[in-house]
Amino acid sequence: MSEIAFPAPDRKILARRAEIVAGLRRVLPEGGVIEKLDERRAFETDALTAYRKVPLAVVLPRSTEEVSAVLAYLHEQGVPVTPRGAGTSLSGGAIPQEDAVVVCVARMNRVLEIDFPNRVARVEAGVTNLAISNAVADEGFFYAPDPSSQLACSIGGNIGMNSGGAHCLKYGVTTNNLLGVRLVLVDGTIVDLGGAALDAPSYDLLALVCGAEGQLGIVTEATVRILRSAEGARPVLFGFSSSEAAGAAVAAIIGEGIVPVAMEFMDAPAIRICEDFAHAGYPLDVEAMLIIEVEGSQAEMEAELDKIIAIAKRHAVTVIKESKSAMETALIWKGRKSAFGATGRVADYICMDGTVPTGQLPYVLRRTSEIVASYGLRVANVFHAGDGNMHPLILYNVNDPAEQRKAEDAGADILRLCVEAGGCLTGEHGVGIEKRELMGCQFSKIDLDQQMRVRQAFDPAWRLNPAKVFPLDARA
Amino acid sequence: MTTHTPQNEAEAACIIADAGERRVPLSIVGAGTKRGLGRFTQTQDVLSSAALTGITLHEPAELVIAARAGTALAEIERKLAEDRQRLPFEPMDYRPLLGTSGEPTIGGVAATNLSGPRRIKAGACRDSFLGARFVNGRGEVVKSGGRVMKNVTGLDLTRLMAGAFGTLGFLTEVTFKLVPLPETESTLVIPGLSDRRGIEALSAGLGSPFEVTGAAHLPAGIGDEKARTLLRLEGFESAVRYRVSALAETLRDFGKASILETQESKRLWREVRDATFLASPTDTAIWRISVAPSKAPSLTEALGPKLSARWFHDWGGGLVWLSCSAAQDASAALVHEAARSAGGHALLVRAPEAVRAAVDVFQPQPAAIMKLAQAIKASFDPSGVLEPGRMHAGT
Repeated sequence: MSEIAFPAPDRKILARRAEIVAGLRRVLPEGGVIEKLDERRAFETDALTAYRKVPLAVVLPRSTEEVSAVLAYLHEQGVPVTPRGAGTSLSGGAIPQEDAVVVCVARMNRVLEIDFPNRVARVEAGVTNLAISNAVADEGFFYAPDPSSQLACSIGGNIGMNSGGAHCLKYGVTTNNLLGVRLVLVDGTIVDLGGAALDAPSYDLLALVCGAEGQLGIVTEATVRILRSAEGARPVLFGFSSSEAAGAAVAAIIGEGIVPVAMEFMDAPAIRICEDFAHAGYPLDVEAMLIIEVEGSQAEMEAELDKIIAIAKRHAVTVIKESKSAMETALIWKGRKSAFGATGRVADYICMDGTVPTGQLPYVLRRTSEIVASYGLRVANVFHAGDGNMHPLILYNVNDPAEQRKAEDAGADILRLCVEAGGCLTGEHGVGIEKRELMGCQFSKIDLDQQMRVRQAFDPAWRLNPAKVFPLDARA
Repeated sequence: MTTHTPQNEAEAACIIADAGERRVPLSIVGAGTKRGLGRFTQTQDVLSSAALTGITLHEPAELVIAARAGTALAEIERKLAEDRQRLPFEPMDYRPLLGTSGEPTIGGVAATNLSGPRRIKAGACRDSFLGARFVNGRGEVVKSGGRVMKNVTGLDLTRLMAGAFGTLGFLTEVTFKLVPLPETESTLVIPGLSDRRGIEALSAGLGSPFEVTGAAHLPAGIGDEKARTLLRLEGFESAVRYRVSALAETLRDFGKASILETQESKRLWREVRDATFLASPTDTAIWRISVAPSKAPSLTEALGPKLSARWFHDWGGGLVWLSCSAAQDASAALVHEAARSAGGHALLVRAPEAVRAAVDVFQPQPAAIMKLAQAIKASFDPSGVLEPGRMHAGT
């Protein structure tokens, strides 16, 4: 794989930068437009930091109406748009291009309405994922999808990528917890999709917008389901002498009718990296570890754990360690959720996100190690085992271009492997620019053409996040 | 009228491509048990999935099943029960309401996004719908989604197909996520509550940590002289026993609850799922109205007396099944306006052909949404051969 390409910027747009900035200033109040080069630089990349493009300008609207006014103006001017939430995308979903205006919804961060009787919350798109849970926690409620970046990532970005998290084995991903959005279309038209009702009145446009990576419109408000928290939750650590044994235990647990709220896998390198960072008490003398969390009353948790422990023992578990306190529970999850950050202390990395059928996990793990080793690199694996969503972290040195290329090539090989094993390129991070050119491994030309025609139904001129998701040379 | 019954996906693609060239619209059917659902349209030819049958993948340990679209739902449910699993969303059976016979197909379930009482906990059909193969109106075989639970690769055309009533594509194979069958179930029944109070009880139950999987309110005269407010719990035996008493305690201000054990509970929820309480008299119109639960009591208080209607509530109160006279266009304008002003939508589920040809069956949509719907329809089916007008004129 060669370096990820960006389309050549439109020189006519670049030449009109001053005029376009002036136009944006006319439609937005004071302070809503960022145009100084050093300030624009803050928006040149996201969490895929190896790639950067400084945008034409950045706008920070404070309302749906302001987003609408900006899009209407840019539509009239024929200028591309890059929507942005908190900029935590791992796939480059928020990386702009030089001829695009970044529309960042970070200032739209109000919780608008909390409705406990109907179990929904209406929030602006820039609200962080965790802020929703925090806003309803006093009443014992929470918002279920919990990506590792939940402290920083915005609900608008979660909707763009259809984000998941550790607990979606039981509670589903964003699309399963989203009831409505206010969406600004490319020409500035404002539409409401869904609402507090539990189903769509006609075509399920909400399902289409969720995970569309900002190509169909800009989400400015969301109505999400909030759930009552279980009476209690307890994570347990299970250590195994091989990844295969851990994988087989996962399959056996599900096969016996038990769906724990979370089943997270870490291999030995990942355990070490996370333990060094979080001091969570992870066992260091094992090859693989599962964090399995159960929920309910004391008696329910104990009954379910007994069943899980019995299964684990049949699969040669070597260590079982139950959380004994709320503090231990918090540390166990801190270790897992900081896996990416902790890895970043050790080396630069790229994080893959393919999903495979859970029965294929042992095979795919083995092949992943072989692939990465064949490029002379190291890998740490942390992932959501219950749903087969892998996260191999390929370690490399960002200052060594040859090594970066190798890491990207290894990543691409792993994703092809995921597709061949019956899975997909991305389980929760999105395609962005990172996996764009691999779409042809998973989809035929007919499949992609159909998706692109649907995209064009919303954005005929390809102005919204145009360089994302679809291979550059596949476009009509 | 010709009925095409392709033996495989490639044949289906040829038939649709040919229909496109000749501009002959096709009705799409599985077993035809929901043929009466949607706007009444005149189509010359029928395209049936009846010969596309068989389970193509079932991995119990991965909680996934795939089947060709014409496979009978009953066959799938039987197969899953052998492995103590099921579809999460409790698909309803429209036969009692629509007076049809035949074996509903899994393709029909997907195309109508058929979801039952468990929707409140386990999600709708579309939430478990992982992947699809379908033929679009250009006669091309398209694949979307896959067989894994987490998949954000490309646009989610799979969920778009759910509830599109065949207007975007002829489904040939569908893949669903499964859940384990619970060991047991019980239902708490609180007698004698008004709609408003009953829905408050449902909200309190759904806002508890006890994982209610069914929440319905049956006013007096619906299956019993007394009003009944129902909350279902499912799971391992010991957990259900504990939760039943904990939930009864939580809801004690709403009155003393009785408890229905497994078999009785199952029987009652089947009636709720299929809305059989409203099946007769068979000449009434039936509406399915979806709103936020707290908006439902005002809606039924307003519509009920005006239409001399009978109704009940599922989905924590937010799904209102309502039966009224089919005369005067089944009061379509009134019901749609009531649903709209409550922030929801209404579907005319049962009415004579003449009524379904004359009025909006689906909730009328704002112009900007209709424009998008029409553009999406054209992107799948540019010559308009797949069920044109089944949902709205122009899609």
